[in-house]
Amino acid sequence: MLLWEIFRTFVIIGTVSFGGGYAMIPVIEQEVTAHGWMTTSEFTDIIAIAGMSPGPIATNSAIFVGFKTAGIGGAIVAALGMILPSLTIILFISFFFTKANKHKIVQSAFYGLRPVIVGLIIYAAIKFGISNELFHSFSFQTLASLCIFLGALLALIKYKIHPAIVIVFSGIIGAVLY
Amino acid sequence: MHGKTKLLWEIFITFLKIGPVTFGGGYAMIPLIEREVVTTKKWLKTEDVADVFAISESVPGAIGINSATFIGYRIAGVWGAVTAMIGILIPTFLIVIGLSISYLYFNDNPKVEAAFKGIRPAIVALITFAGYKIGQMAILDKTTFITAAVTIVILLSSPLHPAFMIIIGGFFGVILVKMKENLGYNVL
Repeated sequence: MLLWEIFRTFVIIGTVSFGGGYAMIPVIEQEVTAHGWMTTSEFTDIIAIAGMSPGPIATNSAIFVGFKTAGIGGAIVAALGMILPSLTIILFISFFFTKANKHKIVQSAFYGLRPVIVGLIIYAAIKFGISNELFHSFSFQTLASLCIFLGALLALIKYKIHPAIVIVFSGIIGAVLY
Repeated sequence: MHGKTKLLWEIFITFLKIGPVTFGGGYAMIPLIEREVVTTKKWLKTEDVADVFAISESVPGAIGINSATFIGYRIAGVWGAVTAMIGILIPTFLIVIGLSISYLYFNDNPKVEAAFKGIRPAIVALITFAGYKIGQMAILDKTTFITAAVTIVILLSSPLHPAFMIIIGGFFGVILVKMKENLGYNVL
């Protein structure tokens, strides 16, 4: 059943979603393309919308994927799937330990986990760059895309412009340009 | 309303109000949660909240939602946790559904399509930026740098599931820290 499949998929994603929303982008992308729910390019648009919405980007993308795949029911089971593992683990920790983050084993696990997450995010950037034809053969669109990419990166890193503003602004450039 | 129901209702409303203004994900929520819970409602003290934010990072899921859930638990137990989680999630859920409907409706419009053509490379930049930001606190030495590089190579060259890489990373960290300590290095 489709709803069950969506729920099960996002429970798995919710369980491994360490290190913030952007680390989950390649995980969700892998799952939605493997299920044939959408293409990588369609998923990029979803991230754009999730990034423009308030709230966490991974949960927002999950809700959108669920909605597009199976309507409002799909959106609800996707959101529930994402939050149930967190809720369970938080209740478990609250019952048994209060300072789990100070445990040595947790700190050592994160010593290895954090760089993997960095690798995962960079991998997502490369993959999305390829599927959105950022490194495609030379053409006007590739050149324009590269300029937008570099401009957006500069705005984010150097000038600390808010991501939502960067998305809206590049949308305006796109509408004018194409 | 009775005491407990009234408290749960107040928790629900408090987190409901925090949800829609938190553009930019979890880290943007933290000062807002702190102001509401510590200063306005006086449910918890500043040091309790700081502790919660530290734990929320080590639990899977979004840090904003996790913090709300932890704080809900500290205020009113299991039901407090569930209430706070639902409260913070509902506004963003509705906003995302609204945006999804408009996207699916206007998707074919040539101007919208053109806008998304401009947005896609910016999203690639956004993801790169997220990697850069987390890299600043994750890449501490040669070992962590190599771990990140190897992860990228494995993901690009094999069909290994990204979720699997995260789990391996955790185990790998524990083993690495043990090994380095046996060799006499101080890692953490």
